[in-house]
Amino acid sequence: MLPKNLYQEWFANSRSDLLAGLVVALALIPEAIAFSIIAGVDPKVGLYASFCIAVVTAFFGGRPGMISAATGAMALLMVTLVRDHGLQYLLVATLLTGVIQIAAGLARVADVMRFVSKSVMTGFVNALAILIFMAQLPEFKGAGFTMYAMVAGALAIIYLLPRLTRAVPSPLVAIIVMTILALLFKLDVRRVGDLGEIPDSLPIFLWPQVEWSLATLWIVLPYSLGLAAVGLLESWMTAQIVDEMTDTPSDKNRESRGQGLANIVAGLFGGMAGCAMIGQSVINVKSGGRGRLSTLVAGVFLLIMIVLLSPWVKQIPMPALVAVMIMVSIGTFSWASFKNMRLHPKSSSIVMLATTITVIFTHNLAIGVGVGVLLSALFFARKVSQVLQVTGIRAGECRTYTVSGQLFFASSEAFVNEFDFKEVLSKVVIDVSHAHFWDLTAVSCLDKVVLKFRREGAEVEILGLNEASATLVDRLAMHDKPGALKRLLSH
Amino acid sequence: MSHILACTDGSSYAPSIYQHSAWAATRMGLGVSVLHVIDPHRELAPGTNLTGMIGFDASLELTEELVKLEEARARVAKLKGNAILEDAVKQLEAAGIAPVETLHRHGSLVETLGELEPDADLVVIGKRGEDSGLAKAHLGRELERVIRTSVRPVLVAAREFKPVSQFLIAYDGGPSILKAIDFIIANPLLAELECHLLRSGKVDDKALRDLEETATRLREAGFEVACTAVPGSVEEVIASAVEEHRIDLLVMGAYGHSPIRQFILGSTTTTMVRTCHIPVLMFR
Repeated sequence: MLPKNLYQEWFANSRSDLLAGLVVALALIPEAIAFSIIAGVDPKVGLYASFCIAVVTAFFGGRPGMISAATGAMALLMVTLVRDHGLQYLLVATLLTGVIQIAAGLARVADVMRFVSKSVMTGFVNALAILIFMAQLPEFKGAGFTMYAMVAGALAIIYLLPRLTRAVPSPLVAIIVMTILALLFKLDVRRVGDLGEIPDSLPIFLWPQVEWSLATLWIVLPYSLGLAAVGLLESWMTAQIVDEMTDTPSDKNRESRGQGLANIVAGLFGGMAGCAMIGQSVINVKSGGRGRLSTLVAGVFLLIMIVLLSPWVKQIPMPALVAVMIMVSIGTFSWASFKNMRLHPKSSSIVMLATTITVIFTHNLAIGVGVGVLLSALFFARKVSQVLQVTGIRAGECRTYTVSGQLFFASSEAFVNEFDFKEVLSKVVIDVSHAHFWDLTAVSCLDKVVLKFRREGAEVEILGLNEASATLVDRLAMHDKPGALKRLLSH
Repeated sequence: MSHILACTDGSSYAPSIYQHSAWAATRMGLGVSVLHVIDPHRELAPGTNLTGMIGFDASLELTEELVKLEEARARVAKLKGNAILEDAVKQLEAAGIAPVETLHRHGSLVETLGELEPDADLVVIGKRGEDSGLAKAHLGRELERVIRTSVRPVLVAAREFKPVSQFLIAYDGGPSILKAIDFIIANPLLAELECHLLRSGKVDDKALRDLEETATRLREAGFEVACTAVPGSVEEVIASAVEEHRIDLLVMGAYGHSPIRQFILGSTTTTMVRTCHIPVLMFR
């Protein structure tokens, strides 16, 4: 008997996992093909990558039931590398991406996910959906009526068929119907076969054909860093979404290592870098996929279909695939975020929009998340800086100021302005025992206040500085100890 | 607080579990805590929808749908659990046990026991549970995992409870059974009952000497010990000894071998629990 966890993660839900894996494999084909085109490589590269990544993450990922494969977010980052240096350099970049991700996994970088707020997540998801949608637009360029009609027809099948039956995947039906129509009426639309090589064999081990030198490293390193960052972010966020949907935990650092290993394997078998996919993972969970088996089946079935059915896959009209990708894009987008913009605080809407817009302009999800995190940190600092109160009580020639609240870079100016330096006094007492000094700016501001009062000829006494500056001591370890919070709040 | 932890799922074994617990509680002078877990089985999908289609706000909608499904299931499970625990308290109190406490928890049985077990002196569980009512030849799905991970002695209740007057120790010289001997000597659970000490498998001089030493230890502790060594297949020897001497309780060390070996060869422990129709007291 297998250890409990291994059994649960692999076989507890095997029947549903098997079916869900089949459904997901269908949704993987269009994405792999579409984004190979974006990256400027043969569909083969994306399909092999999807197979390798799905299979490896099934075993080594940290989130059972999550689907990883070749993705759009990653493909967009490779465009210039492929254009300027060719496929072989992409394979090297993929290997290096994997190495960086494994290192990030070992360094437990996933813990920084706690700095990514809900608004940044929403912005990220929306940006991703828009990118997927925009990637479909080139297919419409110069296309005739047939193209539009076929996309509309396929979408109608995808969305309406589930009302009749829930037993067959409607995207599959849409693809089959459109293929038959295109063949019967010899419709003038692009076919998958027109786009480049479709594999008709299993992937083989290939050592990238490049000059292994420092010069090569400098070429691929910037790309690999970007790919690693985007891949990890999308994987962690997808894992978080799957966690929430299924109410089960995941190991995000293990996921980092799994993604890294998957990319290394993909690179060695002639595939491009990939990561977890939100849309396909949602499809998997919806179809009943929960265990690792579903991911494995998705990868294996994808390859079997491609290899066995390659003459037929070549005949699939592009409008059918575009329709499936439009569905994925619509399903990924957070439509509730429009409604929530009116309800949520303005600052969180700004963070969400900034994240989305940055991604759309840079085509880089990591930069978007960076901007979002930075903005939410600034907004947070601004909010907390308002938690500051200074009250003064006068007794004869002496005034006692009682300071309470949070003092740091963002609140120091407001802090200085709270004091009335024009008042003629002989003694000033500043009681800071109810305040927290978080950084040096706060301390120097207190100095400033003291000096100002002294210039006016007042004697200054400060009470409770030791307690107030306890937070200044930058030994983070202290905050982890039991009672740390109590000590901080006690004064 | 020391007590006896009785795990129930309201299956046909439940009354027997309470009787076994009551017997042990009376002999050990302890109270009983009855544990019922609601396993949400999050590793299982509640339903399949093979449309492969995702619409507007797909993940939000799906989360809500799953929450609704699981909520309904959890409510039913909670009502059922309450009824099971009420019944357990009634039966145990009728048997004169005090105090009787109830524990109603979410999670898998193994996981929950891991949290609660350290406070207990003895864990009582049924041979079969609710999930395996039909597969009579098989053990309760959770049973093996419970025994494997348990740090306390586990009393595996048989279908029917019979007052215990004779018990048999399946002695193999391993560390688990030595733990069992220590427990038997120190604990009032089996005090003054008739003891059979049986060694089977490979019986050589060393094994016999070892067996005799253990018998002496038990005799010094006041037990009347019938000590035998029978070479042969462990499963068969124990099963026939249980028949022959009308043994009421089997004491054995559990799962001496690795899960991998067991996967290939099968486990003596599992066979014994399955074939002997008497309660088994297991030590890990």
